[in-house]
Amino acid sequence: MSDKIIEFDNVTFIYDADDEESAVQAYPALTDVSLAINKGEFVAVLGHNGSGKSTLAKLCNAILEPTKGTVSVKGIVPDTEEKADEVRRIVGMVFQNPDNQIVATIVEDDVAFGPENLGIEPAEIRRRVDDALKCVNMYDFRHREPHKLSGGQKQRVAIAGVIAMQTECIVLDEPTAMLDPMGRDEVMQTVKRLNKEMGITVVLVTHFMDEAVQADRVVVIDGGRMVMDGTPKEVFSQVEKLRGYGLDVPQSTELCHNLGIKEGVLDVDECVDEIARRLGGAV
Amino acid sequence: MIRDITIGQYYPGKSVLHRLDPRMKLILTFGLIVVIFLCKSFFSLGLIALTAVFAAIISRVPAKMILKSLKPIVIILLFTAVLNIIYTEGGTVYFEKWGIAITEKGINTAIFTMIRIVSLVVISSLLTYTTTPTMLTDAIERLLSPLKIFKIKVHTLAMMMTLALRFIPTLIEEIDRIMNAQKARGADLESGGLVQRAKALVPIFIPLMVSAFRRAYELAFAMTCRCYTGGEGRTRMKQMKLKFRDFAALFFLVAVTAGVIFLNIKFEAVI
Repeated sequence: MSDKIIEFDNVTFIYDADDEESAVQAYPALTDVSLAINKGEFVAVLGHNGSGKSTLAKLCNAILEPTKGTVSVKGIVPDTEEKADEVRRIVGMVFQNPDNQIVATIVEDDVAFGPENLGIEPAEIRRRVDDALKCVNMYDFRHREPHKLSGGQKQRVAIAGVIAMQTECIVLDEPTAMLDPMGRDEVMQTVKRLNKEMGITVVLVTHFMDEAVQADRVVVIDGGRMVMDGTPKEVFSQVEKLRGYGLDVPQSTELCHNLGIKEGVLDVDECVDEIARRLGGAV
Repeated sequence: MIRDITIGQYYPGKSVLHRLDPRMKLILTFGLIVVIFLCKSFFSLGLIALTAVFAAIISRVPAKMILKSLKPIVIILLFTAVLNIIYTEGGTVYFEKWGIAITEKGINTAIFTMIRIVSLVVISSLLTYTTTPTMLTDAIERLLSPLKIFKIKVHTLAMMMTLALRFIPTLIEEIDRIMNAQKARGADLESGGLVQRAKALVPIFIPLMVSAFRRAYELAFAMTCRCYTGGEGRTRMKQMKLKFRDFAALFFLVAVTAGVIFLNIKFEAVI
């Protein structure tokens, strides 16, 4: 498990003056971030708006280049176009807006887009596309037009597009921010399955605490610096500290915290058990 | 609802025409259009008209749909018919007044042109009824790929067409959203004269443009992430293979062409 897949080494990132976002981002978006993501991990990156968490995601697959320090993927430092391409074969990415990442007018054609770019044999692409669509439970929709799907379904198609490329790692940049609660749940179930059943390393950038709780490890970013790194229990037990970074805690955690329970309680079940235990009764 | 719009006028089906290779369908359509203009007599044109009817029947596209595709050209049909009747002279004169003569040749030419235009529209709309826009773009890309030797970026052009098709519904939804947003702030889009209404569209098109550029930017990111580097070294999941029916269709085109040429020679020319 200690095999490193993505490694940030003292990474600082400052948006270029001629970059689109320059007006807003005159200060460094990330400062001295050192972080190693291990193979098979499910890491949630938490932070409020403008904390630099999206920048972190884009650095993972060479969409952005660090101003200082290095980002390496399996030891490859993407300093040339060829190497950047190699990195993108290892780390796939899913963006926030499902509409802006779907390329084709038919679901299965869109899933095939990545493998087609990799130059894979047609029969193999067919197999991968079918498998990927079954994996995200969208196989029955393969002949549909993407614009007729719901947000959660579109996002699952986007995830299938990455699965079909057979990347070892998938970075999701707020994939649920534009979805309704049901779509959010669909996407989270899919992401968890990718990690648990297929062993794909997952980096989930989010500002929803309830999603972060489901990860193996939570990294908190504030003002471009990495301020917390630990298991959800470790991170969410420090309620005051999280509030200081402008972050909420899951409701169950907050309730227990207010009741004076110091252990990091993460979900409703744990909360119920803990309160029941303290009351000395069984549920 | 706006979500339900389909791009193009594809009519889903499983007929022989639907299953033909889209490349062959393109060739067939263009071939037939050329042949339509080769027709000189009513007999050769009749053969084309029969071909069009035959194709329409085997496509299993309802007659209502095909008639619908003829609706926009009714005015053009009437216009050309009138012009032909007035300006073509020759043969028996049926009517003469105010310097206008309606002659046998004029009427013949008018009917001839009408049949020609109708066949043309029926044949070309059968192509779009039985082929999805995606398949068409694919077919165009593959048919034009020999142009690569002239350094024409066929793949890039086809990709642009596909993306344009893909984003039509997205942008329509966006327009809808912006219009509602502007209406909510009291924008008046429905009253006033032409100039006023055109002016009212400005606050809709500017946000639309801005958002379209933002989408393009994000899309480019997403495509880069999926290792898109242009047409070089790309493979395709859906291979196009010519089957027996495609060659049969090609043979059909050759036969129709031969028939038209034969009938042209055998019978008197109208035009």
